[in-house]
Amino acid sequence: MEHLTPTPPALTTGRDTVFTPFNIVSGIIILIGCVITVLRFTRGIGGVSNLNDTNPWGLWIGFDLYCGVALAAGGYVTCAACYIFGLKQFRCAVRPAVLTAFLGYGLVVFALNYDVGRPWRLPYPIFLSQGTTSVLFEVALCVFLYLSVLMLEFSPVAFEWLNWKRARYIIGKVSMVLIIFGIILSTLHQSSLGAIFLITPSKLHPLWYSGYLPVYFFISSIFAGMSMVIFEHSLVARFLHDKIDAEHHLESNNVALGFAKSAAFLMAGYIMIQIIGIAIDNDWKYLPTRWGLWYLIEIIGFVAIPAILYAIGVRERNIKLIQRTSLWAVLGIVLNRLNVSLIAFNWQLPLNQRYFPSFMEIMTTIFIVTIGVVIYRFVVTRMPVLYAHPDFPDDH
Amino acid sequence: MGITRRQFFGWMGAAVGSQMAFTAQAKAAGTAHFTGYPGSMGVLHDISRCIGCRKCEAACNQVNHLPAPETPFDDRAVLEKIRRPHAAAFTVVNQYKPKGKPGPVFVKTQCNHCMEPACVSACFVKALTKSKTGAVVYDASLCVGCRYCMVACPFNIPAFQYHNPLTPEITKCTLCQPRIQKGLRPGCVEACPQEALTFGKREELIKIAKQRIGAYPERYEDHIYGENEMGGCNWLYISNTPFTGINMREDLGITPAPALTAGALAAVPVVVSLWVVFINGLRAISKRKEQIATEEKSQAVSAAVLSEQARFNNEIKQLKEKAKTEKEAAITREVKKALEAAARGPSENGAGQTPPSPKPSGTAHPEKQENN
Repeated sequence: MEHLTPTPPALTTGRDTVFTPFNIVSGIIILIGCVITVLRFTRGIGGVSNLNDTNPWGLWIGFDLYCGVALAAGGYVTCAACYIFGLKQFRCAVRPAVLTAFLGYGLVVFALNYDVGRPWRLPYPIFLSQGTTSVLFEVALCVFLYLSVLMLEFSPVAFEWLNWKRARYIIGKVSMVLIIFGIILSTLHQSSLGAIFLITPSKLHPLWYSGYLPVYFFISSIFAGMSMVIFEHSLVARFLHDKIDAEHHLESNNVALGFAKSAAFLMAGYIMIQIIGIAIDNDWKYLPTRWGLWYLIEIIGFVAIPAILYAIGVRERNIKLIQRTSLWAVLGIVLNRLNVSLIAFNWQLPLNQRYFPSFMEIMTTIFIVTIGVVIYRFVVTRMPVLYAHPDFPDDH
Repeated sequence: MGITRRQFFGWMGAAVGSQMAFTAQAKAAGTAHFTGYPGSMGVLHDISRCIGCRKCEAACNQVNHLPAPETPFDDRAVLEKIRRPHAAAFTVVNQYKPKGKPGPVFVKTQCNHCMEPACVSACFVKALTKSKTGAVVYDASLCVGCRYCMVACPFNIPAFQYHNPLTPEITKCTLCQPRIQKGLRPGCVEACPQEALTFGKREELIKIAKQRIGAYPERYEDHIYGENEMGGCNWLYISNTPFTGINMREDLGITPAPALTAGALAAVPVVVSLWVVFINGLRAISKRKEQIATEEKSQAVSAAVLSEQARFNNEIKQLKEKAKTEKEAAITREVKKALEAAARGPSENGAGQTPPSPKPSGTAHPEKQENN
């Protein structure tokens, strides 16, 4: 509380020099990223990555796309909590969550420019030749539409910043339609990212392969989104506390408590459907293997334990514990997405045919995440995301 | 919340429209059983006849105008390593030494041209299609290079030009579609000196395979690989050694790949339609709750106001009555006093005629209220 500044906070960062540690580090990473970008488009994907014919998808899909989309789920989850379930006290969490989702999806599409062979053809599936039998078509369509929706959902913030009152008014009129559309699109493609792997029963380890993959992905995206909202706020409260107004600060604790409670229940339900999936395919025999151990680490270590910690945190109203647990849960989601898309994929291949990302692949991913952090910082230090705009006090 | 008629029809239109867009997949989940295009062509590979001469590889390289390999095709040293088809080779011959076999076994690998291919169903721009000739053909002019076909293929066949920075393509065997359309046999089949490859109509190839297995049951495994694998392939194999031992998976199942995703795709329009209902329903419920809460609040407030007022009126009434009795008592008292004074003597008459002393202060207010 002692960090609070009066509303609105100063609109400039008030720095004396551009050579802050943050700027230097992010500048170097972005520079390296630019070099890799040049290499990617002069030497080809094979020139910068360890991708090969047997392992066509790597870190750029497994992390940038799969984790990026899952962790951007906070946008639709918060919107649903606030506007559909009518939990008005979550209103302060909506803008940061929508911003994160917008950046997350934007960066997913940005990362695809490195991964696909001819990125300028990315509009083809939508505008030129629709392969409707493909789950990837559904993903592409949903990501395209949802990115547009997120842009519109976020636009009021930019309009308020630019003081475009008329545009702000018009977009406010259609905001509910956008929110509903956004929730539908998110449901569809969060789940369809799981459905992508329905076509590979012979390649994905049976403990991760299931006919329920779309359901797993959808349910886990909900608590991923909630955990991300809690985690993100803990970061913001620490590093950008002067940008938060009193109302946001007060409500963020309620948001953490509310989301932690829901996430604990959802994670418990998620574990139940995981067990059902194993029972239905009779995959018990894989549990006492090394893969089984790895699976149990994911399910117990990164879902069950965070769920219990969330529950304890809520009972004791321990915000610190909830915030630490949220990082744990976020890591659990990252682990799950990497398991499905990379680690447990091609599990039968001998070790020398397995994939491990190259240095340049990892750097590209760090580069993309850094761009996200830089843009996030740019936006929240200038636009009314973490505080209410004085001219538009009770909007949104 | 209010739903206008226009909104309602808009949503219904969207729901129906999305259903129409996805009917193609819904069919895949039906009971119809696709058994391949009638008269489609294929190749039967008799593994027991293959000697690993790699003439098929050379022919493939030539007819497809692929770059010359690093080591010439007659160099058998490459057989020491297990290879897979890649951007510069649509087909490769591998050498295996399965247990219980005196000599090596050679297997030619290339696209199996599935009857219901995973790659075709996975392609989100329809760059891959299943031709009625039996070939699975690729159109580079549509390909985005997402490589989902490579992920989807259970046989790990499609390859990618990883070192082509701007116009990379997926590469794979075309079953020599251009040659088939000219009435020619595929390059590899024509080049095979051992007749290990037989080109023909798939139905006939299955008959030939069955004849060979039937004629030499001790020589062949009783399994035509590709007859049912992943719903069946146009490329078929018979072998003198178990397929699992020569890197050909027998655990792929017989479900055609499109059936694996049909359910999830069919759920899309259902989710769209129902979510519109659920979300608006939930929203309506929470709005209604809010409304009820507001109503109850205002009711409680007005009830409280009413009861307060009643209590107030009651109090006023009581006060008024009290005042009345007090007034009467005062009058009687004054009258009595006056009478007593009159009785005492005329000397005090002037005082006796003064009006009664002022009323108790409390009574003035309620009377005023009553007048209102």
